[in-house]
Amino acid sequence: MQQHWKRLADGVELAATRTDKFKTGVLSVTLTIPLNTQDATPGALIPEVLGRGSGRYPDMERLSAAADALYGASLGPVVRQRGESQCVSFLCSFIDDRYALDGSAVLEPAAELVGEVLLNPARQDGIFRRDYVKSEGGNLADRIRARVNDKRGWAVFRLIQEMCAGEAYAVDKLGNEEWARAMTAEELWAAYRSLLSGAKVTFYYGGAAQPERVEDAVRHTFGPLLTGRTAPVDCQVIAEPKGPVRTVTDAMDVTQGKLALGFRTGGVTLGSGGYPALLVCNALYGGSANSKLFLNVREKMSLCYYASSALDKIKGLMVVSSGVEFSQFDRAQEAILAQLDAVNQGNFTRDELTAAIRTVANTLRSRLDSQGQLEDDQLTRLLFHSDLEGEELIQAVESVSAEQVAAAAQGLKLDTVYRLTGKEG
Amino acid sequence: MDKLEYTALNQTVHRCVLPNGLSIYVDVRPEYGKQFAFFATRYGGMDLRFRGEDGEWLDTPAGVAHFLEHKTFDTEDGSALQRMAANGTDPNAFTSSAITGYYFDGVRGFEENLRMLLSFVSVPWFTPASVDKEQGIIGQEIRMCEDDPNDEAYYRLLEAMYVNHPVRNRVAGTVESISRITADTLYQCHQAFYRPGNMVLCAAGNIDPHRVVDIAREVLPAEHSTATAADHGQPEPKWVGEKLTRKTMPVSIPLFTLGFKGSPAAKGEGLRQRLVAELVCDVLFSTSAPLYNRLYEQGLLNSSFGSFYSSGPDCAFIVAEGESRNPEQVRREVLAEASRLGREGIAPELWERLKKAAYGTMVRHLNSMEDTCIELAEAHFNGEDYLSFPQIFQSIELADGETLLREWCVEERTALSVIDPED
Repeated sequence: MQQHWKRLADGVELAATRTDKFKTGVLSVTLTIPLNTQDATPGALIPEVLGRGSGRYPDMERLSAAADALYGASLGPVVRQRGESQCVSFLCSFIDDRYALDGSAVLEPAAELVGEVLLNPARQDGIFRRDYVKSEGGNLADRIRARVNDKRGWAVFRLIQEMCAGEAYAVDKLGNEEWARAMTAEELWAAYRSLLSGAKVTFYYGGAAQPERVEDAVRHTFGPLLTGRTAPVDCQVIAEPKGPVRTVTDAMDVTQGKLALGFRTGGVTLGSGGYPALLVCNALYGGSANSKLFLNVREKMSLCYYASSALDKIKGLMVVSSGVEFSQFDRAQEAILAQLDAVNQGNFTRDELTAAIRTVANTLRSRLDSQGQLEDDQLTRLLFHSDLEGEELIQAVESVSAEQVAAAAQGLKLDTVYRLTGKEG
Repeated sequence: MDKLEYTALNQTVHRCVLPNGLSIYVDVRPEYGKQFAFFATRYGGMDLRFRGEDGEWLDTPAGVAHFLEHKTFDTEDGSALQRMAANGTDPNAFTSSAITGYYFDGVRGFEENLRMLLSFVSVPWFTPASVDKEQGIIGQEIRMCEDDPNDEAYYRLLEAMYVNHPVRNRVAGTVESISRITADTLYQCHQAFYRPGNMVLCAAGNIDPHRVVDIAREVLPAEHSTATAADHGQPEPKWVGEKLTRKTMPVSIPLFTLGFKGSPAAKGEGLRQRLVAELVCDVLFSTSAPLYNRLYEQGLLNSSFGSFYSSGPDCAFIVAEGESRNPEQVRREVLAEASRLGREGIAPELWERLKKAAYGTMVRHLNSMEDTCIELAEAHFNGEDYLSFPQIFQSIELADGETLLREWCVEERTALSVIDPED
């Protein structure tokens, strides 16, 4: 597996992973803009409207037919949050040329299809079709509203809103429900023009083709995006909580309580020397089926229906998410924090450390077997310039010591607690 | 050990049959970091009546294959699940109408994990107390499924379509049927179906196929066994039992499954029939075909709509499912379109395009070791070779699709199951 990287213009990059491992190629183009309330809603809506039809393939039937003709290529919009950036992507997965029955090339026409959808939208009076904007705006608003249906995700979402209030990180990458529903074709068109001219552009290809061929296909198809731009990608990392621990409680019509705890990592992020130890610390504490939270708080003490921890490696956060009986909020919170104390005092066995290291190494190695996850990791790496990746990162993880894990845990500081409780009692 | 080279797919599979009757497939992928193993028996929810050790026919309660799957993780030394988790892997299992499969993946300790997998699946350990406890757990699972409108619509469709065939039974059974399962029942079923001659082992990743064979020989019983015959009931009529079944549940708009009862494939023709039937699904229901888009624009269908082909021993059918304010109108439209296509023929450009897309989608799925191993196993149980699909695609003609459409997609072979909202 070889990695290639090239700058095509200021703020425009092409990264490629050349490998024969997969039977498919993946091509993505990602437009990255700072996450803010002004741009998030149109940013999330634009790819959905583009996906409805283009100049050459004006409706979904004809667009699907074009993808079918490329041996059933999958083409889809993806909106991702990376730190305090919103990444608006089109991702296309298609069979490698070796498997085309008629021996024709698939990469170039697939690139053209992505270009057609992104750069030549179906138009009415020179801007987006109003019916497409209206129906996709409604679908997006429904998706935003449906967030609350998943109570587990909702609790973490609310925690972040409270903990990071005033930070760009708390802005919803899907935008605002009312605005999504009310968006006009004019507003969306203006946002689309400025997205194309101002966003940072990242092309990624993973597959068997030589990087020169990929570059030719990109240059041929995406000309309008290959202009220089100043599009800095930043993320404000706050090392320590600004004040004492804050507790926020919401009441809803639920039968099970949710408890979410947000920590700052002491400024450790994917670019820090302490990052491998933080990964192991998270796995040992709450990030695996052998973790302290799972084995003790859930299995032994039966205080939670679930309890696990997860990191945001760009923003420098750790979030513990759990489901509890309403009457057990205090005890569960105490037990969750006591397990973290145990880690930062070095109260864990060699077996626990080994299992945690194995879990992290397993996860990192498995990601190299998935083309979708490779794409995702390369995008993060290009935007945030982490030095360690792939095998190097795995080796660093495998040499993490007990002392380093304890030190990583000592850096974790509780910032905000969120409780979702029932309406009665 | 045979080494099979699939040059069109750039794929190599090693295959052998052990003296005890077990078939082994190893898909060697030197560039992958992960390894995967899948150990399956030709025994599923539809295999309720079979010949026991003494040659007598034995009838077992619905849900026993699934129940057995749950209890198979028990060993004399505790749960195999936890022992394998401590080793850094997370084994799992599923039961379908036709098979039960156990699997794990991981990036290290493959040989040790494989030994554990083969051992806990092949060595039964059931006690009356653990069977009792499981009745409570699976009872909960069954009730949860009965509250799920999608599951309910699907099983009610099968009950409407099939008169005799046991595919009409729910894989998990009912609270009543599983209450009749005892530790003895589980031992009898394990003895009948979990013998090497009735099983297959498929593994994939950067592994040495000879080691897989060596480990299987060491762990599994040496005596020869053959596949077990199950009885799937009286011959099934060609027509559906009932054309319409409705039930009321808390849903926001009506939910439906529309089924077309097909004919079981001739021996050795299962994969071919599947590819043809899936193409017919695409012709009728895909987003790139006219009917779906017309019904979507009319507001008769929304984006939650899909279709699939399913088959098992002595049965085969097509299902389309979705939400609609008027499911009976959807059925009329689908049958009208099927009849028009049967009369006027399928557009050759559409057919070729869908064929290309279907072939490409299958090639893309080969990236997944999990999907590939499961497909190899299912085709093996049908006496077929999954990786021959490129050749089969080449041989499929437009007329194959039209014939299937004319024979299956007719009113007498169609059943509709609707879940209506309460009000």
